Amino acid sequence: MTQQQAHFEYLLRLGDNALILGHRLSEWCGHGPVLEQDIAMTNISLDQVGQARSILAHAGAVEGKGRNEDNLAYLRDVWAYRNVLLVEQPNEDFAFTMVRQFLFDAFNFYLHEELKSSKDDQLRAIAEKSLKEIAYHLRFSSEWVIRLGDGTEESHRKMQHALNSLWTYTGELTTPDEVDKRMQEAGIGADLGRIQSLYDEKVAAILQEATLEQPPVKYMQSGGKNGKMHTEYLGYILAEMQFVQRAYPGMEW
Amino acid sequence: MDPKQKALLEHFQARIDAEEKIEPKDWMPDEYRKTLIRQISQHAHSEIVGMLPEGNWIGRAPSLRRKVALLAKVQDEAGHGLYLYGAAETLGADREDLIDELHQGKAKYSSIFNYPTLSWADIGAIGWLVDGAAIMNQVMLTRTSYGPYARAMVRICKEESFHQRQGYEILLALCRGTEAQKNMAQDALNRWWWPSLMMFGPSDKDSSHTEQSMKWKIKRKTNDELRQQFVDVTVPQADFLGITVPDPGLKWNEETGHYDFGEINWDEFWQVVKGNGPCNEQRMKARIKAHEEGAWVREAAMAYAEKRRKRKEREEAVRVA
Repeated sequence: MTQQQAHFEYLLRLGDNALILGHRLSEWCGHGPVLEQDIAMTNISLDQVGQARSILAHAGAVEGKGRNEDNLAYLRDVWAYRNVLLVEQPNEDFAFTMVRQFLFDAFNFYLHEELKSSKDDQLRAIAEKSLKEIAYHLRFSSEWVIRLGDGTEESHRKMQHALNSLWTYTGELTTPDEVDKRMQEAGIGADLGRIQSLYDEKVAAILQEATLEQPPVKYMQSGGKNGKMHTEYLGYILAEMQFVQRAYPGMEW
Repeated sequence: MDPKQKALLEHFQARIDAEEKIEPKDWMPDEYRKTLIRQISQHAHSEIVGMLPEGNWIGRAPSLRRKVALLAKVQDEAGHGLYLYGAAETLGADREDLIDELHQGKAKYSSIFNYPTLSWADIGAIGWLVDGAAIMNQVMLTRTSYGPYARAMVRICKEESFHQRQGYEILLALCRGTEAQKNMAQDALNRWWWPSLMMFGPSDKDSSHTEQSMKWKIKRKTNDELRQQFVDVTVPQADFLGITVPDPGLKWNEETGHYDFGEINWDEFWQVVKGNGPCNEQRMKARIKAHEEGAWVREAAMAYAEKRRKRKEREEAVRVA
């Protein structure tokens, strides 16, 4: 893998995480449990798709093959996607959605804190702008984790269930691979080791406040960010998202 | 009518006639209050149910730019729903009760949202025609006699006219695109044209609420006047797109300075109002499902707020002691 390829891969991870989670959240639009939360989730979705656009456009430029944000979003198949497994998991219910969001936001927040000093100027600028949004996402999802964890018996049970189910996808977030290491060495990417300890601390603190138990580590799934093995869910997301572009190839919309 | 009541009514009508705005704490006839609650809540429900047909295409928007724009648009509708429920609450209504009435089928919402969105062009057509028709009505409502409703409308109108331009621009891109895209746009116009004309409601001669609402300046133009205004503005826009309005009876009338147009299928109109439209059942099912599945979330949020309040009180007590 050349340095340029590693750089491209790294950016795809960032862009795909934002795009896929933004897509998942957008599925709530019009179906939220309360009108105010419907609006809030759509806000987060808007931020994320917005971030995805900036990052994917930059990724296309780094790749240098003339692919723009839409080519990258709409014309790659499952194996070429580089988002972590966590973000492609289905909404299930509001408990799953908020736990998924929190587990991702906590990671994403520390990640962007690091990316604020990236040597990639474009990435740095995007990270600075995104960080303000992500700080809000983290506050929102933390508050809901606490509120529902420490709400009623029913909400507590649903939250613990969601946490137990999704926990297996958290390992991938902070486990570095070759791309991560090379980008860290080049000063472009983040130090996942540092993020790991901050992440663990944050998650433990919020779960405690939420009266939720951190599930025991059984086995951590991986295969999203390196594209080796996504879950079956991603194919359906892409089938929906890419339908028009695939059915009417090469047109302007 | 007792003389006191009569005097109040006369004073009220005099204020209306003098173009004064009626505010929440002012005296108003019960019937005025009821009419407004009915109309404002219908309007709020329409915003919320209206999120469904458009939300149907967020996942399939054909570019990221379009996806963001559509998300923002549907979110705006949710925001409009919020202001309008707020306006209804100034009249003493309760948002939860209003939502229950919707779910029980007692309250209406705009029938247009009982039609399906089948292609991407439908998202353009809704923006252009449905929001366009809504604007005709809402611009009039910015001058409605009830203050909070009029003010909510000023804000809503600004956003709606942005949505309308966005919708038209979606269709313009299709009509300047390939044959397949232009066909998609034409198909959307074929399906949305007549339901859009129906949005203005029954013909004046059959409209049960119009007369009193005009007197109270809740409404300031009749259904037929607004409908004509819409046709006059919209037909040249279709011409510019290069697609054909599906009405063989449509033609410019030099004498009246308006377009003549064909007869609306009133049977279809009443069937959709009565619940027999293509998507009435699905729309209500989706709204009820969201509400029911959200019940545990709302309960938990209240339980948590209550726990917090008690904890604070205890802390306060300890601090004081």
